[in-house]
Amino acid sequence: MGILEVTNVNKRFGGLRALHDLNLSVDEGTVHAIIGPNGAGKSTMLNCFVGRLIPDSGSVMFNGASLLGLKPHEINQTGVARVFQTPEIFGDLSLLDNVVIPALAKHDGAFKLNAWQRVTSRLEIREEAEHILEVVGLIEQKATICSSLSRGDKRRLELAMCLIQHPKLLLLDEPTAGMSRADTNNTIDLLKKIGERGITKIIIEHDMHVVFSLATKISVLAQGTIIAQGPPEEIKGDPRVIEAYLGGELG
Amino acid sequence: MLKLGKNDLGVFGFVVAITLLAPFLMNPFPEGSALAQFNAGYPDLMQRFVIFGIFAIGFNILFGLTGYLSFGHAAFLGVGSYAAVWMFKLLTMNIIPAIILAVLISGLFALVIGYVSLRRSGIYFSILTLAFAQMSFSLAYSVLTPITNGETGLQITLNDPRVLDTVNTTGNLPVTGLFGLEMRDTATLEIAGWAFQFNVGFYVSALIMLAAFYLSIRVFRSPFGLMLRAIKTNQNRLNYTGLNSRPYTLAAFVISGMYAGLAGGLMASMDPLAGAERMQWTASGEVVLMTILGGAGTLLGPILGAGFIKYFENIFSKINDNVLHGWFNFMPDFMENVMVTIIHPFVGKGWHLTLGLLFMIIVIFLPGGLVDGGTRLWKRLLTRKQDNSSSVVATTPAK
Repeated sequence: MGILEVTNVNKRFGGLRALHDLNLSVDEGTVHAIIGPNGAGKSTMLNCFVGRLIPDSGSVMFNGASLLGLKPHEINQTGVARVFQTPEIFGDLSLLDNVVIPALAKHDGAFKLNAWQRVTSRLEIREEAEHILEVVGLIEQKATICSSLSRGDKRRLELAMCLIQHPKLLLLDEPTAGMSRADTNNTIDLLKKIGERGITKIIIEHDMHVVFSLATKISVLAQGTIIAQGPPEEIKGDPRVIEAYLGGELG
Repeated sequence: MLKLGKNDLGVFGFVVAITLLAPFLMNPFPEGSALAQFNAGYPDLMQRFVIFGIFAIGFNILFGLTGYLSFGHAAFLGVGSYAAVWMFKLLTMNIIPAIILAVLISGLFALVIGYVSLRRSGIYFSILTLAFAQMSFSLAYSVLTPITNGETGLQITLNDPRVLDTVNTTGNLPVTGLFGLEMRDTATLEIAGWAFQFNVGFYVSALIMLAAFYLSIRVFRSPFGLMLRAIKTNQNRLNYTGLNSRPYTLAAFVISGMYAGLAGGLMASMDPLAGAERMQWTASGEVVLMTILGGAGTLLGPILGAGFIKYFENIFSKINDNVLHGWFNFMPDFMENVMVTIIHPFVGKGWHLTLGLLFMIIVIFLPGGLVDGGTRLWKRLLTRKQDNSSSVVATTPAK
């Protein structure tokens, strides 16, 4: 029994069948990559996990409890954090505030009317926030307003915002899209580094270099359903996968 | 000190100083001089400065922090006023129960309106709040006449029960007070040509405003305040970060509604009557202008904005043609008439035109409001000073 069990999930948008009897099992502690051509339903699938979309049928079980019908903040409170395809950060706030907010969410819950408390008096949160900025290498810019960050730094910040919550499951939607080769390698190193924390990760990625550097298991999604699944070496050689997605690239 | 950071303490100290010294600062010109009409140091206007200051400080907690633009906050001010006058009628002329009830009732009112309106954001939220406020205004004028006394407005009368007060045998309407201090009491200090007025009502309102301002600084620096700011920046991210934005916005809405109720209660405490026009959309628009003009999301902005607008409303509107002729009578008649004709549309009844132009200039050139302008000026002065001192250092060794 995996930490995330997805059973027979269907999702339609009008006439388009985005997810078609999708079944997926993610084991605890693994890095599970989801690959597939554009329009295969990868992002739709992720959106069904975090409460942005509600599947038409099927079940999504996380840690033995259903995620369906929960609101995004409730899903996050159960231990699921998400990095978006385009970095979603608090652009008008400093880097430190950006990581303090998720830390407060973790400690104080979804809502707390602590209008009389001072942020600066929460020393444990501040220390945690500075530590996580150090891990991702952004500590020097902690007072900067983060809308001025580069795209790569924004992604690293968003990753820090997820990591500070010590999630059980981390969803990464194309964490290296639009990055230079150097930035991509930095991100791979960073993800490997945080891999030691034992967080289960689901990575959606187009860059095969990233996928084969990180993944312990790969699922191939095409036309809304998983067509192949297995360890990286096996997937590399699977003719169905090559036909559906990889083409002759790796052949 | 006071559990405030260094900068915040500076801002708070500055506001304490200008508020407590307002009777002097607002009265820079001697009595009877040509410029005396620019003096704003009379009780009525100074009370309005601080009361509208409270209104704007509260509005800023909602609009400045969360970015939710309410166009119906005057409704809470009006509700606060009605609640306070009812306390004067039924219970006592002491302002404390009146103010407490004003804050509670407007808070309840804000809870209901906020709960419904906050289901939408952006322009739809603004329109919903506007609709609620206009509804309250119309109701106060029509079907709620037994509570609001309709067009005449709610007033105190000699026959009111006032169960806690001693029986009034003077035949005069009682006045609002605070344990023996009458709100209308004014002491006048005459020094040379100046007459400085110290009014009980102003100082009571000023102390309440300072407390309200302190509270707003604490809200700004709290985890709660940080979440409100996060809502303004990226509400989507906040939800995926495990925070429920709805109760945060509702709490901010209720807090700012209670500030408005406090302002309304104080307004009634200074002059015990309440009319429906206090709830009209123009009054709601005014507090939006104050906050934007001063600088939304800044601590000091709303206070400056409130002072600025109330000053214009009361001082520029008093300058009529006679005053203008007085100013320019050193000129030949022909020139004098030309000058008066040019300035006429901008003053007196045309003060809105001046205010509108200033508002446009500020919004276009200083999108951060007066506070932004002040900060930029300050930084420019600082860098210039540094340039000067560094050039001095550079030249000394040569000599």
